[in-house]
Amino acid sequence: MLITCPYCGPRDVSEYTYQGEAGRRRPDPASADRAAWDAYVYDRLNPAGEHSELWQHSGGCRSHLVVTRNTLTHVISSVAFTREAGRSHGRRGKGARR
Amino acid sequence: MAEYSALSLLRNALGGNRDWAPAWRKPDPRPAYDVVIVGGGGHGLATAYYLAREHGITDVAVLEKGYVGSGNVGRNTTIVRSNYLLPESIRFYEHSLKLWENLSHDLNYNVMFSQRGMLNLAHTPGQADEFIRRGNAMRHEGVDAEWLTPAEIARRVPGLAIGGSARFPVVGGLMQPRGGTARHDAVAWGYARGADRRGVDIIENCEVVGFLRDGDRITGVRTTRGEIRAAKVGVAVAGSTGHVMKMAGIERLPIESHVLQAFVSESLKPLIHTVVTFGAGHLYVSQSDKGGLVFGGDIDGYNTYAQRGNLPVVEEVMSEMVALFPGLARVRLLRSWGGIMDMSMDGSPIITRGPLPGMYLNCGWCYGGFKATPASGWSFAWTIARDEPHRINAPYTLDRFYRGAVIDEKGQGATPRLH
Repeated sequence: MLITCPYCGPRDVSEYTYQGEAGRRRPDPASADRAAWDAYVYDRLNPAGEHSELWQHSGGCRSHLVVTRNTLTHVISSVAFTREAGRSHGRRGKGARR
Repeated sequence: MAEYSALSLLRNALGGNRDWAPAWRKPDPRPAYDVVIVGGGGHGLATAYYLAREHGITDVAVLEKGYVGSGNVGRNTTIVRSNYLLPESIRFYEHSLKLWENLSHDLNYNVMFSQRGMLNLAHTPGQADEFIRRGNAMRHEGVDAEWLTPAEIARRVPGLAIGGSARFPVVGGLMQPRGGTARHDAVAWGYARGADRRGVDIIENCEVVGFLRDGDRITGVRTTRGEIRAAKVGVAVAGSTGHVMKMAGIERLPIESHVLQAFVSESLKPLIHTVVTFGAGHLYVSQSDKGGLVFGGDIDGYNTYAQRGNLPVVEEVMSEMVALFPGLARVRLLRSWGGIMDMSMDGSPIITRGPLPGMYLNCGWCYGGFKATPASGWSFAWTIARDEPHRINAPYTLDRFYRGAVIDEKGQGATPRLH
């Protein structure tokens, strides 16, 4: 499997570290909402098909990436830096929550 | 259907083996059953078998998308063991091992269960301490465990790089003599035949495409061969759990599906007499009765439903194999394949009533489901028949994650690719 890093170009999957489902949103650390924390820590979408996921190019430029990959075929349809994809994936800095 | 025996073998041999009856029927699905099991793998077939045998519930259908033996029950590395650390795990897997020990007689089908021993190699003093602790935990629960010195290991496992020039010198090993291997296909076929003989309908090439509901309650399934109603629906679909549960409206579960690759070498003369695991990385190897070395390592480490993996893991597993057995460097690989693992958030399974009324869920086997087949079926059947768990599967609920009662053997937390 090759992942095309927007900075480095196509590189072997062994250069990357998988970080799981993208878009999981950490609840406010001050929140005591049990259900929200349970869902954040344990529950996954795990789709058979298009999956939005985080990879880090740890053996290269060390960028964090949001990759859309089909879990049935391993075909990758998009790769973007997390800082650019962040808006659509709810990954904004502290204070920008909600 | 007739019992298999030495006499039946002889009679059929004299008749040119033309008169063997099929081991199970190929019935068309009926419109309704007491219990429908989704998934005709080892666990689903075992569940149907024990529903009939232990609880007298024979109005059961097992629905299989492909053919019996086409999924993980025919894709594993056939290892059977109960060498766990945590009491919940030891009790469950030891119950399984005890069922394994009488399984061929019980099923009247030779599953070729071979208690050739399960050896975990330790390569550092810290790892030795950890394994000895595990051995003590096992013995505390009445399970067999022995600590072997490098000299004893050298005698039992010729060809192993132990000391001297070994890349990863061995400081000792934890042996479970009652562990071993079984013929995986025979387990599927044996349970299928056993269930069928007790009246269970095994329906192959029948894919579930949806669930029938009455409000929240699950009242049956829609399949490629029509609707089937059932008072109770058990789901035992391993790697496809996420996909199937979405049809029931359960969007998120504490499960990720990953691919695990396995490998078989060309046939060799008898060389490895036990199951051996490598502690400096992650590798497990045994030798089949045909002579092939059957081995595997880590999962690929990313979500997938494709039954094939990528090359970096292949390379890693091969390098571990050569580090362990340098003499095998030029042995050729015959086949490799992948299976989809339902990796749970604590590395332990889920065998429970729910999550919807009328539904029962059996999943989260990570890559240790084969050895669990008898106890999984046995306890899932108990849970379905009595609407309450047996004490061996009572800890394996779905809500344990949310109650802080995880059963995390490796202490890795909610990162499935590390279990």
